[in-house]
Amino acid sequence: MLRYIAQRLTESALVLLIMSFVIYGLIGLMPGDPIDIMVNSDPNLTAADAARLRALHGLDRPIWERYLSWLGAAVQGDFGYSRLHAKPVLDILWPRLGNTIVLMGLSFAIAFALALPAGLLAALKPRSARDAAVNIVAFAGISVPPFWLAILLIIVFAVFLGWLPAGGMAPAGAGILTRAEYLVLPVATLSIATLGGILRFVRAAAMEALRQDYVRTAFAKGLSERQVVLGHVLRNAMIPVVTILALNFGALFSGALITETMFGTLGMGKTIYESILGNDFNLALVGLLLATLTTLLANLLADLCYAWLDPRISYG
Amino acid sequence: MVEPGTGLAATADAALGPPRSPAAILWRRFLEHRLALGSLLVLALLSAAALAAPLIEAAMGLDATLVDLFAAKLPPSLAHPLGTDELGRDLLLRLLYGGQVSLLVGLTAALGAAIIGTAVGLWAGYFGGAADALLMRLTDGVIALPLLPLLIVLAAVDLTKLGVPEAIATSRDVSLYRIVILIVLVGWTTVARLVRGAALSMKSREFVRAARALGAGHGRIILVHILPNVVSPIIVATTLSIGNIILLESVLSFLGLGIQPPIASWGNMLTNAQELIWDAPALAVYPGLLIFATVIAFNFLGDGLQDALDPRAVE
Repeated sequence: MLRYIAQRLTESALVLLIMSFVIYGLIGLMPGDPIDIMVNSDPNLTAADAARLRALHGLDRPIWERYLSWLGAAVQGDFGYSRLHAKPVLDILWPRLGNTIVLMGLSFAIAFALALPAGLLAALKPRSARDAAVNIVAFAGISVPPFWLAILLIIVFAVFLGWLPAGGMAPAGAGILTRAEYLVLPVATLSIATLGGILRFVRAAAMEALRQDYVRTAFAKGLSERQVVLGHVLRNAMIPVVTILALNFGALFSGALITETMFGTLGMGKTIYESILGNDFNLALVGLLLATLTTLLANLLADLCYAWLDPRISYG
Repeated sequence: MVEPGTGLAATADAALGPPRSPAAILWRRFLEHRLALGSLLVLALLSAAALAAPLIEAAMGLDATLVDLFAAKLPPSLAHPLGTDELGRDLLLRLLYGGQVSLLVGLTAALGAAIIGTAVGLWAGYFGGAADALLMRLTDGVIALPLLPLLIVLAAVDLTKLGVPEAIATSRDVSLYRIVILIVLVGWTTVARLVRGAALSMKSREFVRAARALGAGHGRIILVHILPNVVSPIIVATTLSIGNIILLESVLSFLGLGIQPPIASWGNMLTNAQELIWDAPALAVYPGLLIFATVIAFNFLGDGLQDALDPRAVE
């Protein structure tokens, strides 16, 4: 087990290294470089000054050379400064990673808690009105553009009803209730956007499990529907569900990016989006890598859950 | 217990009825799927209306691109059935032109991804080896990574730095090509994985081995014996992907990184919607409603096709 985890961590580190080079290269292809930005904000700088500055900061060197020097600093814990915030990038990213994890965790928990019973109930009576209703909810969930859902929720709950804030963060030092108020709409948006996919997986997995011989045996030996579902169907249906959900963590992060942007939540997604638009290269690079790392770790965690759920699997 | 009542009646029906061609069986099964049928109708209407946009524009005597700040945010009237947007352009016409773009991007990107995915999937599934291992790693990566932030980076890349001529990089339609290419780049993996799996199971079937024994070459086996047998999953996956692509396009356009104004797309029509929520909520509702309707229609359609084409569902 430990060996397996170590191997997976090594793999993750390798993926991260490759990603860092790819993203570094892509950012070099974005319009403008730090010197262009300086030139634009200072009319006294001549083209010769710009060239001297480029040489001074090493921007005239080939991309792999620049990458290696970035990497050298990064492994020593120096990830550079953010241009937009004028702070070390990690000082900006850590608290925002926390906000994103709260948003994603709550949304996922709510979506999962709703999808599990609904998907099971639908699978128990296929082609019933109940199944049709669950099916339509699931399709609506996967088809709704999350940013539009956010707009609708803002129109209804913030503009017309005035119950909840339209976005932003709770003021510093606010009580837990105020914080919760600011979380309701973003969490609702991301939960609804996540719910549809989970619902479909749970329903399909439960249908599959219901078809198995051990379910028929369980019914034959006289167990009630409740006992069969909770004791046999649920656990077996969870195995494919967990796998697919782990793979969907990247999608959850993408959803969080949209949600945070719509509601002005200070999270990783919004930070990455704004840093790319604002030519904040360091912040964008480290933010993307941190997001990738989080996704890889979540995948690993899900694989471990998978082994725990299914004793047939061992990672010896 | 699981699917009560379908078995007996269906067998009796099949035994008594006239013999049917496979196509007729498929069509009948598809007709039973009312949601898919309704979706097909909705999509046909939407496409017809979007294609007829220039005609409707001429009939209404309006110019969809004309900015008139004195006529901004008008309520619905005879001249403007849905009112005007924040720049005084007719909302209905903008929606129809936006529909052209969304449908065009959805269909071309889905088709492109399906072609590349099929080719790669057939290759990997049939020949296996290092290409296969590489493909599986790559698709794992594309599925597991946070796609949207990476697409945002890709969408922000300066094309002139990639050696694209200035004239093309700054042309009006470049955002259209760019988004189709980006989506194909990340989208082909779904189909590739699917086709690979199907090709892998097909290549050891008796009819493939018989063909090989008769001296058929790899090319003939792949094209004549394997490809026709993996067509239905490809059709289903492609139909389902159109919805996802339209969704992705709308998100990127909404964020300002997809289709660029003055070309209208349902996504970029919503870019300013957040500021308009207070005085013109209708502007924020209609484009999103159309995205939602189109995407859900493609998803229902794909689901119906899956039910009709799934060999396990044969009566």
